[in-house]
Amino acid sequence: MSNTRQFFTRREAVSVLGCAAASLPLWPIPDAVAAPLRYKLDPKKIADGVWVLFGANEPITMKNGGAIANISILDTRDGVIVIDTGPSLRFGTALKSIVEQLTGKPIARVLITHFHPDHVFGNQAFEPKLIAAPQGVVDGLKRSGEEFATAMYQLAGDWMRGTELILPNKIIDTDHEDIGERRLRYLTLGGHTDTDLAIFDERSGILFCGDLVFLDRAPTTPHADLGIWRKSLKRLENIKSTRMVGGHGPAESGTRGITQTVDWLNTIEQTIGDACERGLTMTEAFQEPLPAWTAKIALARYEFERSVMHLYPKLEASKLPRVDQSNSP
Amino acid sequence: MKSISRVWMVATLLVWIVLPSSSFASQDPLNSVNWEEMKDQFIGDSAYVFDERVKVIVPSVLENQAQVPVSVDARDLPNVRKIVVFADFNPIQHVLTLTPLKAKPFISFRMKVEQATPVRAAVLTADGVWHIGGIYLDATGGGCSSPAMARQKEDWSTTLGHTRGRLWPQLDGSTRVRLTVRHPMDTGLTPDNIPAFYIETLQLRSSSGVLLALVNIREPVSEDPTMTLHVKLPLSDDAVLIEGRDIGGNIYPSKIPARWKQSRAILQNSTLTP
Repeated sequence: MSNTRQFFTRREAVSVLGCAAASLPLWPIPDAVAAPLRYKLDPKKIADGVWVLFGANEPITMKNGGAIANISILDTRDGVIVIDTGPSLRFGTALKSIVEQLTGKPIARVLITHFHPDHVFGNQAFEPKLIAAPQGVVDGLKRSGEEFATAMYQLAGDWMRGTELILPNKIIDTDHEDIGERRLRYLTLGGHTDTDLAIFDERSGILFCGDLVFLDRAPTTPHADLGIWRKSLKRLENIKSTRMVGGHGPAESGTRGITQTVDWLNTIEQTIGDACERGLTMTEAFQEPLPAWTAKIALARYEFERSVMHLYPKLEASKLPRVDQSNSP
Repeated sequence: MKSISRVWMVATLLVWIVLPSSSFASQDPLNSVNWEEMKDQFIGDSAYVFDERVKVIVPSVLENQAQVPVSVDARDLPNVRKIVVFADFNPIQHVLTLTPLKAKPFISFRMKVEQATPVRAAVLTADGVWHIGGIYLDATGGGCSSPAMARQKEDWSTTLGHTRGRLWPQLDGSTRVRLTVRHPMDTGLTPDNIPAFYIETLQLRSSSGVLLALVNIREPVSEDPTMTLHVKLPLSDDAVLIEGRDIGGNIYPSKIPARWKQSRAILQNSTLTP
């Protein structure tokens, strides 16, 4: 041990560190933090040749790396269909290798249900010509992709390393596509965003709803049109499915996901509308009580607060009366 | 030993009570490296104290950095003369100043933030002491240097100055005013070289002309400024008159009726006519 090392007491080391960056931890960083980040993907088989990677019922954090959305895998004799690609290059790469482990087959088609970042930033791991989405989804990504990338890097941190936005190369403009033995029905709807793709697999009878359906996890509304969303849910309700896979939450048979999503949309619309009518500020509206049933819904309060911020400005711009004297209404 | 430490405790307390601007009071609870500069800029050499009665309320989740809802509530403080709102780490730190002449020391609005920053209110009371409250707002970056949404629409100039508003009677006899004015509130800091263009003052008067509150506004207030205040409307007055003025010299006048008072007047008139 050298003399300098002996003179350099722990107390001094701490104060030097403290000057350099007050927020640095003062104890050695455990190995687990320094180890490369790895998504633990756990595919659940829900039908013959159909698996779902269920996302965490959490906001996007540095801990979960943004793996919060459901990702589906469908095996066919001509290759594999993947529905949504997850939040990052790292996730997309892990997804691709899981597909290989499960099926041993190449990817035949990647479908993107809508333009939100927890569903599309794994695109980079796949061949762009295999990635398909309706035109509206591509337009949304062109418009907001850069902004989403910045936000994702801020929220999820190093999980995003190397991630870049890859646009779908194939536009879905038909109402179905046959891949291997599966016929996929495409329903280009909207409401959660301006373009939401739902996919019905005729062979398994499973309806993949994207983020039009949330179950036991509060729906998100940053780009929502509640009226159109409810209409889309009506359409989905009329499809006879064996099971529904929503964008977030468990996959079930029956229509509980649709009913609950509609109930949530009605609840926030009424509660937020009522708060605005009573003249509350946004920060007051955050505190408004929610009905008892929402206590069982993950992130109810968190998403309600976000929805206040999404919906309030539109309400103020339409419900408050015009009062300026220069113009007629 | 014990008695000495007790003497010190009493002395310390005395100093703290008598001299609010002593070293004890100047310990910034938010530990901001910019605090000293903020103090020089907004308070100068005046006496000040960090005071929990000044509440700054922000969302627990930051959704849109160009539209962060903020409420400042100093209604627990008596004799408030002025409220200055600022954000330590914004490129333009001053957000707004409220002079609540005949109004409660309360204001709610939306603002832009460029990065994580303390958002503070310095509240001047009649005794000349500034009371400082604040909260740390965690953010992801981009509010002040993103162009206004209105700039992406073609028609922003045709809706410029359109104002919506409404009054609500409060249990304590005051009147809540909510208003929103269409305005791009350009900061002059965006990469597209759009010069600064923002509403710089809002005056609130009663229908008989009594000045109720004055709000001096700066660039960080969000596009389409939306404000909530509580004014004390004289009994005989039945509307709040708003006059906004931007740095281009445009005046935006509006009149928000107190419908509950006007309907009473109409009722009285109608009973008079046979």
